[in-house]
Amino acid sequence: MSKNIYAFIFGLLFGLGLIVSQMSNPNKVLAFLDVAGNWDPSLVLVMVSALLVLGVSLRRMRSAAGVPLLQDREAEQQSCEIPKCGVDCQLVIGAIIFGAGWGLSGICPGPAIVGLATGIPGFYLFAASMFGGFFLFNRLHRK
Amino acid sequence: MTEITVWSALAGGSMIGGASALLFYKQQRIAGISGIAAGILPPWNAESGWRLCFLLGLLSSAPLYRLSGQPLPIQIDAHPALLAVAGLLVGYGSRLGGGCTSGHGVCGIARLSVRSIVATLIFMATAGVAVYLLRHLL
Repeated sequence: MSKNIYAFIFGLLFGLGLIVSQMSNPNKVLAFLDVAGNWDPSLVLVMVSALLVLGVSLRRMRSAAGVPLLQDREAEQQSCEIPKCGVDCQLVIGAIIFGAGWGLSGICPGPAIVGLATGIPGFYLFAASMFGGFFLFNRLHRK
Repeated sequence: MTEITVWSALAGGSMIGGASALLFYKQQRIAGISGIAAGILPPWNAESGWRLCFLLGLLSSAPLYRLSGQPLPIQIDAHPALLAVAGLLVGYGSRLGGGCTSGHGVCGIARLSVRSIVATLIFMATAGVAVYLLRHLL
């Protein structure tokens, strides 16, 4: 039960981070991706600060006892699902398809969920399509 | 058109990194939103519960932010048809590629995963090309 309460709190913090950083603002994201236009580099700072905080935390956790390495954990998870190591076609094609969708809309999965509670109709449409995409993947690639 | 926002970007980014670190520290789970969101679809398993709670937390963030009295900095200008197509690409592509901006772009790069670094470079470049086509060529 406490696991679920923690997950809720971490989700809330993550969402607030998306809003404060404006990663959840499609116009801001598109301005970041529009290198040839009036480029807004703010999201570089979002990524750098997120990576610094997480990277330093992970290093500290690694030295603490009882916490498994992230790599081990992922390897364990992946061995239960689709076996994939290194760079493969699925990764490359998936990243291209995802990038195309992200560039067309300025919305990625986190902001899509956050946006559902803003009352902006575009997010309902986007999120419904996104879950359609998840469903399609499950139908095509999982038994 | 938007202006650079240094402090809010650094503060928000730190919150994203902090939330991801806490999720891993407390539950040894990776804060990849595409995986978490897709994980609430059937078939359900022991992981579905915390994923749903994490998503409920995400859903609560905008209403909570509004309580601060600040206007919510979120705006969409894209055409509905474009949003429908983009949503499908984002959903399918993130699953096929094994992650999205959070899973590859933040969690993966933070642990220097080659797969995640490659994926992030590819989706950033593709997204840049898509924006270029949409804004400067069409």
